Amino acid sequence: MKTHPHTGPVVPVGVYVAVFAALLILTAMTTAAAFHDLGPMNNVVALGIAALKATLVVLFFMHVRYGTRLIPLVVAAGLFWLVILIALSLTDYLTRGWLGVPGR
Amino acid sequence: MVALPSETGIPPKVHYLNADYGIRSWLLTTDHKRIGILYLISITFFFAIGGLMAVLIRMELATPEGDLFQSDTYNRLFTMHGIMMIFFFLIPSIPAVLGNFLIPIMVGARDLAFPRLNLFSWYLFNIAGLFTIWALVHGGVDTGWTFYTPYSTRYSNTHVIATALGIFIAGFSSILTGLNFVVTIHRMRAPGLGWFRLPLFVWSLYATSLIFILGTPVLAITLLLLAAERVFGIGIFDPSLGGDPLLFQHLFWFYSHPAVYIMVLPAMGVVSEIVPAFARKKIFGYRFIAYASVALAVLGFLVWAHHMFVAGMSIYAATVFSALSMLVAVPSAVKVFNWTATLYQGSISWDTPMLYALGFIGLFTMGGLTGVMLATLGIDVHVHDTYFIIAHFHYIMVGGAIMGYLGGLHYWWPKITGKLYPRFWSRISAMVIFIGFNVTFFPQFILGYLGMPRRYHAYPPEFQVLNVMSSAGATILGVGYLIPLIYFIWSMRYGRHASSNPWGVVGLEWETTSPPPTENFETPPVVTRGPYEYSRSEEVADGR
Repeated sequence: MKTHPHTGPVVPVGVYVAVFAALLILTAMTTAAAFHDLGPMNNVVALGIAALKATLVVLFFMHVRYGTRLIPLVVAAGLFWLVILIALSLTDYLTRGWLGVPGR
Repeated sequence: MVALPSETGIPPKVHYLNADYGIRSWLLTTDHKRIGILYLISITFFFAIGGLMAVLIRMELATPEGDLFQSDTYNRLFTMHGIMMIFFFLIPSIPAVLGNFLIPIMVGARDLAFPRLNLFSWYLFNIAGLFTIWALVHGGVDTGWTFYTPYSTRYSNTHVIATALGIFIAGFSSILTGLNFVVTIHRMRAPGLGWFRLPLFVWSLYATSLIFILGTPVLAITLLLLAAERVFGIGIFDPSLGGDPLLFQHLFWFYSHPAVYIMVLPAMGVVSEIVPAFARKKIFGYRFIAYASVALAVLGFLVWAHHMFVAGMSIYAATVFSALSMLVAVPSAVKVFNWTATLYQGSISWDTPMLYALGFIGLFTMGGLTGVMLATLGIDVHVHDTYFIIAHFHYIMVGGAIMGYLGGLHYWWPKITGKLYPRFWSRISAMVIFIGFNVTFFPQFILGYLGMPRRYHAYPPEFQVLNVMSSAGATILGVGYLIPLIYFIWSMRYGRHASSNPWGVVGLEWETTSPPPTENFETPPVVTRGPYEYSRSEEVADGR
């Protein structure tokens, strides 16, 4: 792969086209899944596809795959902070029912 | 401080202030120093608006009856006071003014990594401010600065969306500033300037920038969700639409608690510069203070739900958050003890920046210790939503962040403008502010403990004495803030020229001229020693 002095590696257009096509297919899959009731799997499938699409965007369109090691580290830190937000919020949601509320 | 022969000096012929003239040269500048001054002007304007709201609030509370304003008006006043002061003054204050000006100089660089992005963030900030002022002029907002749902999404008939949009845009300004600082500190340090030779001010702003980048997007998305619920009726937070109001509080405080550290960490950085400078001593425990800054930034993200103890959250989760909140006391105490240890056997001088720094240490300690009280579940339930809380966070934000900001402004003013301000009046103002602050806010601790709730325009008559004291203190505090405004403006025209190092201290910023040239240094600096080598301070003081 060629490298540009200022903008980093020059990614072949074919890669972008392939990623774009994959995103369109995954969007179609999300839409299709929305018409089928998968029960408890509804959210899992929708969020799973969304996560896959986000990963493609981050790796290829945002060039994280081609950067130095610091770049994936920064991305991982961002995701880790999201995990903090969700995990500590869940300490509330998962334990809120443990103690009865008077009158209920 | 000892009168130094080098306090005054001859200014350089060409520096960043006179390198170019005209309004265009300011509005289109990419010089980080000029952008710092643009921010200084903007935030002073917003501070004046927020301050005016505070004046009106204290006027209303001088009597027990709600006689000056209707309760609806009063709701708008305290909301706009909070929004203006937090999002448009405190959060940008030290980072955007002093950080912008000093970080490139302190790391020995010519400018920030992205100068145009820096100017763009100033424009974003002002656009955001205009949105908010538009909302203010058209009737304001009455939700409190916290925008709690479902009131803000379903019931409030005020300009919630315009204000939220203003804060949303201001958030992008914060993110860009934080990004600029992180990249600059990582990539543009001068030769020889390793991480542990960085001034602690830079460390604290690095930690602050991490919060900007990691926290602000969550606030932005939360405000968008709020707008989606209010405009389109999408049920996210409103229980009658299937939402959960506590979800809003979780998301809001995930940013807004760390925002407290956005305000106070930079002030700690300023104090870490001032204390060794005016104690003429190497700072005690450099690495511990540096790590404590990062620890505060990280721990600040783990404690948010202590704002929600009485909101109906799980008592088990509350216990976890209570314990985590107390952990914050550890790095805070590390800093306070290390500053105190630096003072020990130092050659202390009582110059204006030092007065502010010492004020900070005392007031921050009081704010911090009452914070530990509030992290305790039992006490929090008792004093929640009372004036005890108001007093506590004003000790952190006014007694801490503003004292730090003013201390920093006084310390670096000769560098920024090349002019000296009157020593006598500056010392007087520091003392007036300290006294005015305590007379304003100490009675509020007692009021809160006795049970006076926050956010009401009327109160039982037995609380009047303490409220009158508080309002009187606010008047003193207001005078204290006006004095520096007057002599700073005076000094720009009539002040004596400052030498390149008027305090006789060490640091890269003191090795360039006052004011610095546009490119900061005539020759790119090479760093050969740590930041607080005061064993050589005598040479610095006497030799130049």
